[in-house]
Amino acid sequence: MSYLTLALSLVFVLIPIILSKTLNLGLEKDTVIATVRSIIQLLVVGYVLQFVFDAENFIYIILMVILMIFAATQNARKKGVSIKGITWKLITTYIVVEVLTQGILLGFGITPATAQYIIPISGMMIGNSMVLSILFLNRFTAEVESNQDKTELILSLGGTPKQAIHKQLITSIQASTIPTIESQKTIGLVQLPGMMSGQIIAGADPVQAVQFQLLILFLLLTAAVVTSVLLGFLSYPTLFNDKMQMVKIVEDE
Amino acid sequence: MTTAEQPIIQLKNVTFSDGDLTIINDITGSFPEGRITTLVGPSGAGKTTLFRLLNRLISPDTGEIVIKGKRIEEYNPIELRRKVGLALQSATMINGTVFKNLSLPLTLQGEELPEEEANELLEDVALGKDFLHRNIKDLSGGQKQKVSIARTLVNKPKVLLLDEITSSLDRVSQQDIEELIQKINQKYGTTIIWITHNLEQALSIGDYTWVMMAGELIESGESNLLNEPKDERVKRFVRGDME
Ligand SMILES: Nc1ncnc2c1ncn2[C@@H]1O[C@H](COP(=O)(O)OP(=O)(O)OP(=O)(O)O)[C@@H](O)[C@H]1O
Ligand SMILES: [Mg+2]
Repeated sequence: MSYLTLALSLVFVLIPIILSKTLNLGLEKDTVIATVRSIIQLLVVGYVLQFVFDAENFIYIILMVILMIFAATQNARKKGVSIKGITWKLITTYIVVEVLTQGILLGFGITPATAQYIIPISGMMIGNSMVLSILFLNRFTAEVESNQDKTELILSLGGTPKQAIHKQLITSIQASTIPTIESQKTIGLVQLPGMMSGQIIAGADPVQAVQFQLLILFLLLTAAVVTSVLLGFLSYPTLFNDKMQMVKIVEDE
Repeated sequence: MTTAEQPIIQLKNVTFSDGDLTIINDITGSFPEGRITTLVGPSGAGKTTLFRLLNRLISPDTGEIVIKGKRIEEYNPIELRRKVGLALQSATMINGTVFKNLSLPLTLQGEELPEEEANELLEDVALGKDFLHRNIKDLSGGQKQKVSIARTLVNKPKVLLLDEITSSLDRVSQQDIEELIQKINQKYGTTIIWITHNLEQALSIGDYTWVMMAGELIESGESNLLNEPKDERVKRFVRGDME
């Protein structure tokens, strides 16, 4: 694709802007911001990737992954400000997800240890893990808040903090992972996954594209469940103090 | 409280605040062992907060709570909460059946409540056996209060903290519960501390009474203090000018 045809694709940005203007939807500003940001961000990523692929130096791969984890943490931590030390808990979660998935992929030789594989897969894993952690934190803080009376009941009867929060923890882990599991049930029927579509458009063999997509799906499943479970078990103890009392939730860090 | 009796719980200059708001203000007093002490006072006086302190769901900012001669901090929180049992004002329930709620104190310890015992408990609180497997959602407020009392009894506490447990009960049920609590008090020597808005009840079932207002312990002593209070504020409260 040339830059000229890319420029023509901006027509697709004009349509929502015109619709928004005529219908007073108020989406113009955000549409423009989103467009400009996506152009800049993706172009930068493209050039950075090209540089990293050409450099063939492992340090750059690791730097890229650190950058991804940093960005994901920045995004997700806003949802968990009521949990003490959420930044480190998120970083730990993303590192575990990354090391676990890459460890299996590279360890068993499923994918080659090159930047072409490691970086896009890491991006998908960490990105997915970020979405999952946001889903989990949203749900968990809401569950904790709305079930304070039950938590306190269990504590008052001589239950441990873990027993007192167990139900809320499980509900939140389930609720945050269910979309990932459910979407896999209908995958291919309703829509083709983005990566697979991209590969097919770029001329890859559809069956090979499917095989690769399956691998990614299974990895995403792992990433989803590991993220919620790990973040859950790292988070719940901060809701209690060493006297097994509920800590008052503070809304800002 | 100045009595010759052995105190099971003593408070020494206990203060608890939430931010700038002082909820419990410098309370010193005690609860005699094996007796029924009723706790009265207007809404917002800090009665429920005092119970949460005694069950150690919260800790005082300053002052000391001594239980059976030992500072409350010296107990394992879990042990303490089983010994100093709390029936919450809200009669909070977990989802599921009546049986599940009754078993809760034991399931938390990895044990199971025998169904017979559960039925006896239901009988004690004047709920029929057929309630055992009903969903808790289908119970009325008063029926939940009964389940809540029965559930607190499962831990066989040495001290029972009852927070307005008869507030939504009819007269007959209220009498059933009063008799049950008096029976437990006599049979097992359980110390009872009972928050109530019903001054007649406070007088009739209490050996002793505490009157709290705005976080302070205003007057305490034998329950007939309610008949002839010394403090002006308590006089007005008893006449019904406050609440
Ligand atoms: N967890 C809490 N955080 C902040 N303030 C609280 C908390 N619990 C209670 N309070 C405040 O403390 C004061 C005393 O409340 P408490 O529930 O102890 O009163 P009470 O005597 O039990 O009243 P009632 O008779 O209505 O049950 C009230 O002003 C209440 O708003
Ligand atoms: Mg209260």
